[in-house]
Amino acid sequence: MADQRPDLFLGVFREQDHTLEATKACREAGFTFYDVFAPYAVHGLDRAMGLPFSKITWVTFLCGAMGCIIAISGMTYVSAWDWPLNIGGKAPFPFPAFVPVMFELTVLIGGLCTMLGLFAMCRIFPGKKARLFHPRVTDDRFVIAIEMDEDFDESKCREIFAQHHAEEVKQVGPDYEAAVAEGGAA
Amino acid sequence: MGHVYSALRKPLVHGDKTLHDVTQDVCSSIEGKPSQLWWLGFFGSGAVMLMFVALVAYELYEGIGVWGLNKTVGWGFDITNFVFWVGIGHAGTLISAVLFLFRQKWRTSINRSAEAMTLFAVVCAGLFPLIHMGRLWIGFLWVAPYPNLRGPLWVNFRSPLLWDVFAISTYLTISAVFWYIGLIPDLATVRDRAKHWGRKLFYGVLSQGWNGSVRNWNHYETAYMIFAGLATPLVFSVHTIVSFDFATSVIPGWHTTIFPPYFVAGAIFSGFGMVLTLLLIARKSMRLENYITLDHLENMGKVIILTGSLVGLAYGTEFFIAWYSGSMYEGFAFINRATGPFAWSYWIMVSCNVLSPQVLWFKKLRRSPMVLFIMSIFVNIGMWFERFVIIVTSLHRDYLPSSWSYYHPTWIEVATLIGSFGLFFWLFFIFVRVMPAIAFGEVKGVMDMGKSHGDHKAHGANPEVSHG
Repeated sequence: MADQRPDLFLGVFREQDHTLEATKACREAGFTFYDVFAPYAVHGLDRAMGLPFSKITWVTFLCGAMGCIIAISGMTYVSAWDWPLNIGGKAPFPFPAFVPVMFELTVLIGGLCTMLGLFAMCRIFPGKKARLFHPRVTDDRFVIAIEMDEDFDESKCREIFAQHHAEEVKQVGPDYEAAVAEGGAA
Repeated sequence: MGHVYSALRKPLVHGDKTLHDVTQDVCSSIEGKPSQLWWLGFFGSGAVMLMFVALVAYELYEGIGVWGLNKTVGWGFDITNFVFWVGIGHAGTLISAVLFLFRQKWRTSINRSAEAMTLFAVVCAGLFPLIHMGRLWIGFLWVAPYPNLRGPLWVNFRSPLLWDVFAISTYLTISAVFWYIGLIPDLATVRDRAKHWGRKLFYGVLSQGWNGSVRNWNHYETAYMIFAGLATPLVFSVHTIVSFDFATSVIPGWHTTIFPPYFVAGAIFSGFGMVLTLLLIARKSMRLENYITLDHLENMGKVIILTGSLVGLAYGTEFFIAWYSGSMYEGFAFINRATGPFAWSYWIMVSCNVLSPQVLWFKKLRRSPMVLFIMSIFVNIGMWFERFVIIVTSLHRDYLPSSWSYYHPTWIEVATLIGSFGLFFWLFFIFVRVMPAIAFGEVKGVMDMGKSHGDHKAHGANPEVSHG
C-alpha cells in the first residue's frame, strides 16, 4: 500500500501572509493539499485550503441538548415522580426552579463532549507521537505539503513557492517526518 | 473573521519581536533553573498552604465549634471566603471568553494566567462550603443526586444551594477544559523545544501529538469559539446563582432582586483586581514588560473603574430601595449596616471599592504600575469585606431582638483565610514553572510580524490580502 501513496512536495515559509498567498495560488493551480502546517491559528488559511467549516458545532449542539434533557427528566423524576416532598409549599414540578440546573448541565455535557469531539476529529490523543514537517513548525515556520498526484505540476509548484518567498522547497516520501533530535531549541 | 490592520493602532506587543523571540521569551521562564525568588515564593506559600491543611484537619476533627459562629450568625468567614474566591475566579473566564467574543485582542497576553488564576480561585472557593459542612464526608454525598439507602431521599432541586453545587462544579470543569484546549498548541511548542526525555514525555503526553496541521486548526478554532460561547453565559450564571443563595431567602438585606447583576459586577471587579495584583508581580519578576504592556494594564484599569462604579451604584440602589420599599425591616437592615456594630466593615468596603478606584480617572495614574498595584490590593480587601458585610451584618440582628448577637471570628478562621491564599499562590507558583504563562500561540496571531502592512508590501504583494 505504502508504494501507491504519492510523494509529498513541501514548501517552508517564514511569514503567515506568504503562506496564505501561496496556499491560495496552489489551490487555484488545482493541486491536492496533503496539509498545511502553522505554528498558530491563521485566520483564513483553512478557507484558502478549501476546507469546509468544522462540523464540531453539531457535537456541541446535540450533546448540549442531551445534557438539557438529562437535567429536566432527572429532576422531574426525583422531585415529582419518585418521592414528591412538600418543601416550603413549593410545587413538585416548578419549571423556573429547574432552569439553572438545566442550563448548567447543558453547558457541562455540551462542553465536555466538544472537547472529546475535538480530540476525535483532530485524531489526537495522549501519547500520540507528533509527526512534524519541520523542526520549528510549532515555533515560527509554516509548511505547505502538496501531494504529488496526477494533477501535480512540479515546475509550476516550484514557481509558486519561490514567488511567495519559500525558504526551503523539497520532495519527500509519503511517511516523511522532520528530525527533531537537536531539540529545535535553536 | 477578517484581519484589519490599522496604522493607527499601537502594536499589542512591544520590542519588535519575531515569532521565535516570543517563543523564546515565554519558554525561557519554564526551561531554565527557577530563580531564588521563585523558590522563596514556592516554599513560602507552600508553608502557608500546609497551615491551611492542618487547620482544616483540626476543624474537621474537632467540629465547627472551633469557629466563632453562633446561633444567630451561622455563616461567617467560611461563606464569606467562598463567595470571595468564587468572585476572584470570574476574571479569567471573562477575559478568555467574553473578550474573545468581543474581539479584544489585548486579551491574548493575559488570558492564560488569568484562566489559571480562575481555576485555583475556584478550587479555594469550592473547599469552603465543604469544610463548612463540618462532617465533610457525609455532606459531600448529600449534595449528589444518586440512588441511596435513605428511601432514596433525593436532593432538593428547588434549593439554590443545590444549584450552586452544579454551577460551581460546571464552572470548574469548563474553565479547566477551556484552559487546557488553549494550552495544547503551546505545550506542543514546549515539547518540540524540550531536550530532557522527561520533559519530552510530560509535554508530549499533554500536547497529544499536536503538529500544527491546519486541518486540525480548522476544528480547533471552531471549538475554541464554541467554548467561548458556552463559557460567556456560564460566567454570568455562576455568580448569579451564588447570589440566589442569598436573594431567595427572606432575610432583610439579602432578599433583593438587585443581587444577580450586583454580584456579577462585583465578581468581575474583584477578579480584575486580583488579576492585576498577580500580573503586576509576574510582569516584573518574569520580565514580561514587552508582553504585558502599560496598555494592557490601562485596559484592565478601565474595566475596574467600570465595574467598581457599577458596584458603587448597587450600594446606593440598595439604600434607595430599602427606603422606597417602605419595609421597616429592610430599612433597619441597611441603617444597621452603615451605623450599627459592624459599621467599621461597611466603611472599609465603601472606601476600598468605591473611593480607591477613582484614582483611575487620571490617565497618568492608570498607567502607573505602582498606583495600580496598591489600588488592586485595596480592591481585594474591599471585595472581601463586601461579602462579609452582606453575610454577617444581615444575620447578626434578625427579627427577634433577644437573639441579636455579635460575631467574633476565632484565630482559626482568620488563619484559614490566610491559608487559602497560601494554597492559591502555591498553585500559581507551580503553574508559572510548568506551563507557558503567556498564550504565545495566540500572541503570535495578533502580532504585526509577517502581515501585509509590514515588510510584505516591500515584496510587492497585493495589499488586498490584509483583509483576507
